Amino acid sequence: MNKFLKPGIFILSLIPFLVIISKIYFNQLGPEPVKEITHHTGEWTLIFICLTLAMSPLKRFTNLVIWIKFRRMLGLFVFFYATIHLITYVVIDYRLDWQQIFNDVLKKKYIFIGFSAWLLLIPLAITSSQKMAKLLRHNWKKLHRLIYIIAIFGSLHYIWLSKTIFFKPLIFMLIVLVLLALRIKIKKRETNYG
Amino acid sequence: MKKIKYSEITPEKIYKNRRSFIKKIGLSAGSIAMTSFLSVNDALSQEEKKYTSYKDITTYNNYYEFGTSKSDPYINSQNFKTKPWNISIEGEVKNPIKISMEEISETIESEERIYRLRCVEGWSMVIPWMGFSLSKLLSKVTPTSKAKFVKFESVYDPDQMRGQRYPVLNWPYKEGLRIDEAMHPLTTVVTGLYNKKLPNQNGAPLRIFVPWKYGFKSAKAIVKIELVEKMPTSSWMWASPREYGFYSNVNPDVNHPRWSQATERVIGNDIFAPRVKTLMFNGYGDEVANLYAGMDLKKYF
Repeated sequence: MNKFLKPGIFILSLIPFLVIISKIYFNQLGPEPVKEITHHTGEWTLIFICLTLAMSPLKRFTNLVIWIKFRRMLGLFVFFYATIHLITYVVIDYRLDWQQIFNDVLKKKYIFIGFSAWLLLIPLAITSSQKMAKLLRHNWKKLHRLIYIIAIFGSLHYIWLSKTIFFKPLIFMLIVLVLLALRIKIKKRETNYG
Repeated sequence: MKKIKYSEITPEKIYKNRRSFIKKIGLSAGSIAMTSFLSVNDALSQEEKKYTSYKDITTYNNYYEFGTSKSDPYINSQNFKTKPWNISIEGEVKNPIKISMEEISETIESEERIYRLRCVEGWSMVIPWMGFSLSKLLSKVTPTSKAKFVKFESVYDPDQMRGQRYPVLNWPYKEGLRIDEAMHPLTTVVTGLYNKKLPNQNGAPLRIFVPWKYGFKSAKAIVKIELVEKMPTSSWMWASPREYGFYSNVNPDVNHPRWSQATERVIGNDIFAPRVKTLMFNGYGDEVANLYAGMDLKKYF
């Protein structure tokens, strides 16, 4: 049973990607196709950030180690969707118009913080393998705490690009904050007992 | 993909008068039958392509009273009651009135007005509206010399407008124009589109449309028009004065913190179509630039 769990989650995680591919193929992206791809991949990046962050609290609440086994894969899907999101913006929307893109990154805080979040994801993706974890030892754990910052950046990116915080940007922010708050508690307990 | 009927994408007037339209263009295209026939077809399809489809115009809307997602207004506004509907025109006027929608339609004739709509979010449409100049409606009340601004107020009805149950904006929606902007012939009272009654999601029964300003300046489902002496505070100015100025003229040189104003996406274009350059005053500079002579439009954005 457990043998099939990981491949199963892998396939499930690919569904949002397949949905957008089929929408492109069947021309079902609606009146603003580029925006649809950007929003779809952006939203799924945030969902995968939340899923990744949910694994260690889940491990704690259910007393099952299995959750941690999915974490790396989910984290890599964050990078996967964030990268498609970025490519859509740079290649399809702005057609490599570097001057405008450069301008956007500097002048628009939501793009600045979104781009920063993507940059921070790179070292995490590179060092995601077991080998790298062994190589970096305790530094690996420290490095991968960057995901907390990435999660906050991602949620701010969504809030700042929306006309109003109602409702999705607000919901994502609350979920991220709860997931981060759960960690503060866990840590306190650990130090108390440790 | 759902196929859109030909009659749906073609403005009905042109569709119905297709023959006379072909004839007209044919005459001007010259006397060589074959080439003129080809250019007729080209001209006709060019003309059709310019308009945004009825489907996109009526299913892709920003109308927060019915929800913040683009598809919400179409879904949530279908049972919205627009009858009876009265509009009160008051304030700095000689004879304030409360006028019914029927009386407006009976006394002022609507005509087809094809305008570009540029949303502050960086997209645009071309819409064949039905309507008339606001000045015609305002002439019914005779503004006094104290009337320096016009304030529009949309309906407040949270029972029917679910978006109003949440503090997304300070309801009811308020917008405003300077009196000379309001009296400009391009400033339109909209009563329909594509030769049909105005759909609820587009602001039925009556809305304003100001072609050279960002879309949010054009208030929907208006119940009150007040002529005032002081510059009114619009709902968006109230929400974020740094982002939304009173004038909100389409201006590619004034950056919005969120959306590019230098370029725009044309609704209905496919995924590989490039952005197009945004024009000053949305391309209506010849008609309206003189309203702002001597003003620093970067300061008064």
